[in-house]
Amino acid sequence: MSRELKGWKDIPIAGVCWKPATEYLTGDWKTFKPIHDPEKCTKCLLCSLICPDSAIKWNQANEELMFDYDFCKGCGICANECPADAIKMVREGEG
Amino acid sequence: MTTTPWKFTAKEIVEKPELFTSGHRACAGCGPAIALRQIMKATRGPTIVTSATGCMEVVSTIYPYTAWKVPFIHTAFENVAANASGIEAALKVMKRKGRLEHENVDVIAFAGDGGTFDIGIQALSGAAERGHDFLYILYDNEAYMNTGIQRSGGTPHGASTTTSPAGRVIPGKPQYKKPIADIMVAHDIPYVATASISSWQDLLVKTRKGLEIEGPAFMHVFTPCPRGWRYDPSKTIEIARLGVETCIFPLWETIDGEYSLSPQSKILALKPERKKKVTEYLKMQRRFRHLFKPEFKHVIDEIQQMVDKRWNRLLKRCNMTQASQS
Amino acid sequence: MAITQQKTLAINGDEAVALAVKQSDVDVVAAYPITPQTIIVERFSEYVADGEVETEFVCTESEHSALTACLAASAMGARTFTASASAGLALMHEILYVTSGCRAPVVMAIVNRALSAPINIHCDHSDSMVERDSGWIQIYAENSQETYDSIIQAFRIAEHLKVLLPIMVCLDAFVLSHTLENVQVLADETVQKFVGLRDVPQVMGHEGREVPFKLDPSNPITMGPLDLYDYYFEHKRQQEEAMKVAPQIIQEVHEEFSQISGRKYGNGLIDAYHLEDADIATVCVGSTAGTTKTVVDRLRKEGVKAGLLRLRTFRPLPLTDIVKTMENVKAVAVMDRSNSFGGHGGPIYHEIRHSLYDSPTHPHVVNYIYGLGGRDMPPAIILNIYKDLQEILKTKRVKRDVQFAGVR
Repeated sequence: MSRELKGWKDIPIAGVCWKPATEYLTGDWKTFKPIHDPEKCTKCLLCSLICPDSAIKWNQANEELMFDYDFCKGCGICANECPADAIKMVREGEG
Repeated sequence: MTTTPWKFTAKEIVEKPELFTSGHRACAGCGPAIALRQIMKATRGPTIVTSATGCMEVVSTIYPYTAWKVPFIHTAFENVAANASGIEAALKVMKRKGRLEHENVDVIAFAGDGGTFDIGIQALSGAAERGHDFLYILYDNEAYMNTGIQRSGGTPHGASTTTSPAGRVIPGKPQYKKPIADIMVAHDIPYVATASISSWQDLLVKTRKGLEIEGPAFMHVFTPCPRGWRYDPSKTIEIARLGVETCIFPLWETIDGEYSLSPQSKILALKPERKKKVTEYLKMQRRFRHLFKPEFKHVIDEIQQMVDKRWNRLLKRCNMTQASQS
Repeated sequence: MAITQQKTLAINGDEAVALAVKQSDVDVVAAYPITPQTIIVERFSEYVADGEVETEFVCTESEHSALTACLAASAMGARTFTASASAGLALMHEILYVTSGCRAPVVMAIVNRALSAPINIHCDHSDSMVERDSGWIQIYAENSQETYDSIIQAFRIAEHLKVLLPIMVCLDAFVLSHTLENVQVLADETVQKFVGLRDVPQVMGHEGREVPFKLDPSNPITMGPLDLYDYYFEHKRQQEEAMKVAPQIIQEVHEEFSQISGRKYGNGLIDAYHLEDADIATVCVGSTAGTTKTVVDRLRKEGVKAGLLRLRTFRPLPLTDIVKTMENVKAVAVMDRSNSFGGHGGPIYHEIRHSLYDSPTHPHVVNYIYGLGGRDMPPAIILNIYKDLQEILKTKRVKRDVQFAGVR
């Protein structure tokens, strides 16, 4: 990830952070990605609650789950825990 | 405690803002990251977070990035409870002097097992004795994972780590896990709890209790680590659940020193036949793989015996008796 | 500003520190007692117990936690103070660097005491000298009056928005800490007005806007991140810049304080005694300067052109002032109350010799390690040092560059 490196005069003192982690995408870490089956999904939201990366988002407006592949690291916890068997892990590029 | 129990739905929690955000660099399937995210969902208002050096500190604040939406400070490894003490002292005096904008600000201190069982216990004990109003969260992944899986006082008996390797003679860590939560209960602080990422409601409720209660609160959270425990990352919650179901990591709390079992463990006291054998838990993790060799089988028996001994002791403390011990 | 009404109190150095802290409207004091700093913590505890201060006092379980608590409270925007000595300061070592790195303007009194082993409770400077690279400003006081004055000044210097560095105000164990001295003290309101309220600068946070440099739930910032090879160096460079700005601020605060107190200590950085025309001079820090001044007076009466340079600040090192003040001196003896084992001389010697290397007069610079573990430094020994310098002046030869004064 290329980025501009600043000089000591141009950064805050004491190591105060100046970028949100949400600008650092971790989605390219994964080998497997979760595929969500809305038909099977009961919208219990367990997957969203237990995702270590807050990558399963709940759209309040249309009451839908959205998988954010920019951050999903492909751990597969969601698929393992889904009580409705509504999430499958597939190899990246095959989904 | 004067608080009313906090009720919530999954939807309400999911809709709460993420205070520990995506873009942190924890490994895929990280147990502690799940705990932090859920705990931050249980905050009740303005909150300041401080963390000991360790996995979660490192992965969440790699300069210039930060995954924190609340004020956050890390200073060193062994002193997170002293950070919390200083923050709380500043809050108190600023309030007294009319310089605090908020009516209440909660303080949460995060540390791993290294920062709690071992190098940080002095600062923790001191802060508990002084009675600072803060919630201390121990995210226990049972070894120094950030530096490459070295044993800690929280590493269980028989586990292979890089400093307690399973050798030809010594089958992993010879010692047993330090009963850290009981040690904190012995400090006579108002609230101590154990929690597991396999029971998110329980974890959230206990977090909120710990924040609402005045004075020091301590919560020991069971957070499996795929890298250090050597299992597939998808199994993090499953293993955490097995930890509870085998009574390796029972869920309980003390309010003013009175022990009570939490639902997931209480059911095992009432229906002992549901209590699983430790082998079910051990066999899923390659850190225990050597114990299944014939020459080290006795270690599994030792683990089972210690688990039973501690479970029975806990039942007594909770004024419960085991109907029949399988 | 006019010189204000002052009271004279017969107090020791530790009591002078406690009083100065009481008057400086400190928000959080976190400390752990250790001889010979104990009286500071005890007196301050009494102020708290008697409701004489609004300060939150945290009596921690260790020095490590004491400094940590101050650092964290300082990160909240609070004014903070702690005190330690010897083993206590050594235990803080790790957090000293974290404090300066976090740019937390903690003020700390150090009652200089020898380090173990063997265990010894008496004065030398081994404890603070070893911390000279920790990023703290160091002020060494000659007497209890200066200790009192320096603590008050320290809050203004440390918290100055261009500085934001922690400060140690060092006073000699027992010689100052436990010895009664007449100390002129300012009225509480005068001190409070002088120190004012702590302010914080604005910094660019992670939400794309300038926010106050403190842990504030309304404007969250992240402090103390993992900082790798891409930016750590830049943060260290910033700290050096703060040290470069510090001398000017130290002098300004010193000057402003003199306006209300009528007291000055040289130019705030160095205290030169009869150096204008001196041929020979000693250099030291702390209370030994008091004894040395009487020796200089005696030599002057005898017609010897002797002088003394007392460093008030050792960090930042007042290099240009040292060079300028010593420009006519031909032989210099540096007195170190600590040793750098195997380093060929003590730390002050290293710095003075280094400072004078480019001096046009290129004086002889020798070193005397003295007073370790509280060994007395009587005028007779100091006089002998000046005699040695006279000999060097005469022969233009240095027989031994590093010596121990007062050891059997």
